[in-house]
Amino acid sequence: MDLSGFRDPVIARGLIEAIDTTAAKLGRPVKIMEVCGTHTVAIAKNGLRAVMPENVTLLSGPGCPVCVTANEDIDIAIELARQPGVIVTSFGDMMKVPGSYSSLAKEKADGRDVRIVYSPLDALALAEREPDRQVVFVAVGFETTVPLIAAAILRAQAAGIENFSIFSAHKTVPKALAALADDPDVQIDAFILPGHVSTIIGSEPYRFLAEQFGTPGVITGFEPVDVLQGVYMLLKQLEEGRAEIEIGYHRGVMPEGNPTAKALVEQVFEPIDADWRGIGVIPGTGLGIRPEFDHYNAIKRIPVSPPPPKEIKGCQCGEVLRGITLPFQCKLFGKGCTPEHPIGPCMVSSEGSCAAYYRFTDYGRS
Amino acid sequence: MCLAIPARVVTIEEGRMASVDIMGVTRKVSLDLTPEATEGDFVLVHAGFALQIVDEQYANETLEILRSIPDFAEDEGIALEGA
Repeated sequence: MDLSGFRDPVIARGLIEAIDTTAAKLGRPVKIMEVCGTHTVAIAKNGLRAVMPENVTLLSGPGCPVCVTANEDIDIAIELARQPGVIVTSFGDMMKVPGSYSSLAKEKADGRDVRIVYSPLDALALAEREPDRQVVFVAVGFETTVPLIAAAILRAQAAGIENFSIFSAHKTVPKALAALADDPDVQIDAFILPGHVSTIIGSEPYRFLAEQFGTPGVITGFEPVDVLQGVYMLLKQLEEGRAEIEIGYHRGVMPEGNPTAKALVEQVFEPIDADWRGIGVIPGTGLGIRPEFDHYNAIKRIPVSPPPPKEIKGCQCGEVLRGITLPFQCKLFGKGCTPEHPIGPCMVSSEGSCAAYYRFTDYGRS
Repeated sequence: MCLAIPARVVTIEEGRMASVDIMGVTRKVSLDLTPEATEGDFVLVHAGFALQIVDEQYANETLEILRSIPDFAEDEGIALEGA
């Protein structure tokens, strides 16, 4: 499949021209927020902020799953790694994220068995190879990742693999956007909506943003041309006084999402409240494992009680995630806190706003 | 973390698995979420699973519309959403 057209400078220039014209017609400041770590990286890496008209600001929201994970959840993952007979597995991004007192990487250095896997199926295969150990997969992620975890649990059940369990710290996106759309501190005019979250859930779950809050949204892909198209479609809506949820990423997103994936999630998970770093508890934005799958629920199998969580001193990750503080406005940015020596989660994860600003712009370099 | 990349399904294998080609690299992925995928389809792969079959026709149509952007930016009437 040839997707080079989505990086074509000629098409990009055409879109930039169209963005300029539409923004000029609007004639007022416009704040557009993306809420997907992959968009954060795409915008920073391709220098798209630099080509925006003066009155259009692109903000990064709480789109990096690792960054929005509350310290308390990271502390639980660490505590799980300290239990005898346990192997903790997770995606690489989770390793260096600081909890209140430690990180999985530090625990590994201290001799605990913590392993990075590429897929939850790798963790499942590990459980099969190590029948005498309990293999826990620390599951952090949005709707894109949740169906994979559901499928892994069902595969474990079907294969009779007993020593495999999940610590679910999943979060779901749409209701968190309501908290942002309603936030008087930020005043967001429009949302670039996440491409691959929407691959799973479709466009319908965002409709309330347009209808209740009058905030337009466009589901956007990840190539530079995709992002420019998304910005153009949003400006067009604002200019015409419309507020709708549109799909710009039609090659990867159907309006109804992926019904097979949604059914798997529904079978294994149920909505619970979730604590978002920087935002707080948002009812119904977490996913807990249903009681009939308790056997695969790590915190049911291995109850742990970490000490009370505490926040990282001086780190403004919470404000950065809400678009209130830009990464380079944090006093730690580029000084105490860099991707090599991160202090807060927004600098740790490669998809964090701070890491993206640090890697791809000049801010914070003296 | 929600990164997913297009891959071509090369062979469908037992246990709802498939070998896919990702820019010349062969990987095994699960078809649990896309049981309808057939050999030759393009799928979006995320962490060892095919999330969705990619619609190549939509990709080409979108590009066709986007190529004409400078001309139709003037023209108020055209919506991109149909692409």
